[in-house]
Amino acid sequence: MHRLYLIPTLAINLSIILLPAILTIALAFFRWDGISQPVFVGFDNFQALAGDRVFWRALTNNIIWTAIFLTIPIGFALLVASMLLLISRGRILLQVIFFLPIIIATVITARVWQGMIFNPVSGIFGWLEQFGIHLTNPLTKTATSLYGVAAVDLWHWWGFLAVIFFAALRQVPAEQIEAARLEGATFFQMLRYVLLPGIKSTIMLMMIMTVIWSFLVFDFVFIMTRGGPAYSSEVLSTMAYRLAFYDLNVGKAAATALVISLFGLVATFFYIRAQAKDGDL
Amino acid sequence: MNGADNRTTLTLTYVVLGMAAFITLFPIALMLLNSLKAAPEVIRSPLAVPEEIRWDNYTRAWRDGNFSTAFLNSAILTVMTIILVCGSGSMTAYVLARKKIKSWRLVTGYLLATTTAPIQLFLFPLYFGFARLGLIDNVFAVSVIYCAIFSPFSIMLLRTYFLAVPKELEEAALIDGATHWQVFTRVMLPIVWPGILTVALIVGLNTWNEFLIATTFLQGQGSMTAIVSFFLFSGQYTTDWGQLMAGATIVVLPVVALFIFLQRRFIEGMTGGSVKG
Repeated sequence: MHRLYLIPTLAINLSIILLPAILTIALAFFRWDGISQPVFVGFDNFQALAGDRVFWRALTNNIIWTAIFLTIPIGFALLVASMLLLISRGRILLQVIFFLPIIIATVITARVWQGMIFNPVSGIFGWLEQFGIHLTNPLTKTATSLYGVAAVDLWHWWGFLAVIFFAALRQVPAEQIEAARLEGATFFQMLRYVLLPGIKSTIMLMMIMTVIWSFLVFDFVFIMTRGGPAYSSEVLSTMAYRLAFYDLNVGKAAATALVISLFGLVATFFYIRAQAKDGDL
Repeated sequence: MNGADNRTTLTLTYVVLGMAAFITLFPIALMLLNSLKAAPEVIRSPLAVPEEIRWDNYTRAWRDGNFSTAFLNSAILTVMTIILVCGSGSMTAYVLARKKIKSWRLVTGYLLATTTAPIQLFLFPLYFGFARLGLIDNVFAVSVIYCAIFSPFSIMLLRTYFLAVPKELEEAALIDGATHWQVFTRVMLPIVWPGILTVALIVGLNTWNEFLIATTFLQGQGSMTAIVSFFLFSGQYTTDWGQLMAGATIVVLPVVALFIFLQRRFIEGMTGGSVKG
């Protein structure tokens, strides 16, 4: 009887996710423009990807993105979270403030940064010009476009991590912290020997999620640069999107999607294992 | 910990936290401030206080962004998605939490795997399939997509609420002659209600803010969400940043207002599952 309870969830999930996912795997071996009859081409799409400079650029950018997001926001969030633990006043207010960016839609955040910060006419960058401080809009230069987009995503992301780490830190037994304090531990010793080991599993989980999300990153790149200029900020997901909907090369887009999924799959394996360890599975 | 050992540490802590808060609030403050200025004033200085408060930025943004229609679409989409996720998700979460079926392990594992499935893995066949079925620009069809995407994590979250309910309650109701369905609807659901509300809030937020699916499936003038409408409108009017920031504020306002009122539930829901004790 209880099997029936699963029908709505599974029917929706299988038809929206699983079936199209299987079709994507199949499409990766076909040439298809989305309209006419698909033609089987074997590994041609993958060979085309291997010979495509944009693909390697995008893959490299995803790896750079992963490296950035595994270090800067996690480090900063850990610092801020443990500092929240030190103070007694203003914790709730600060948490609410740090959480704000994650609830603001990516399009809004992107436009505010483009117009009010990076823009050489209407933004802070233009305003600084009066004082002889010359900053170019990072989104318009091939050398900096990816980092410009990453800066905005960092702003959007780190506070969420800080709140998660703070919630985890609060579960570190008070006696351990008290003992370290009595032994005269400094703030960084406390962090190194008590706080960080105490929330190791949360940090690990967030690092796994970071790897997964870094290979999925789409919104900020698509909205702010569309992968440009000259593909300098292209990532795999924007490349796949462009291939499917602008170039109407759905087969090659599907092949790109499989590459994205491959990285996700490895990380997902660790994710499920981490969840299972806690008795969820 | 009740305060730091020495003053320097505490001062330094407040300085760093203060800076972090400043970095976070600065772009939001710029958005609000400039939403009230005329375009030339924004260009003169994005930091200056408006000489004359231009409320008409808001009325023009509302009109040019086609927000009457777009807000209605966003609202319908959000409500539909919440109903679908909470309805289907709570049944599944209950069955999985109580291990009512033999294959609970398989289903849980599958759902965990789809939590992290990249949208690109299923987006392209889904789009061309929907196109063939005439479901593009159909808000209800898109709410089904959102339901599929947001269900797995919602189920995982709801499951923890079901797990916290004592088994005796169920057994007592069954002995009293309640059917299984009655146990679920009359005993379990009222107890896990806070969990369902939390899920509704998070799913609502994610639906309201979602970009990739919305921009792909809802491009028609009459079916756009507020986010898609703002995206297109902000691509066209890039000279009047006052009006643009007013539009941004309009889209963000309902979300931020709700967040301020229900911050604890928001934070609990969004960080839930990430914290391992």
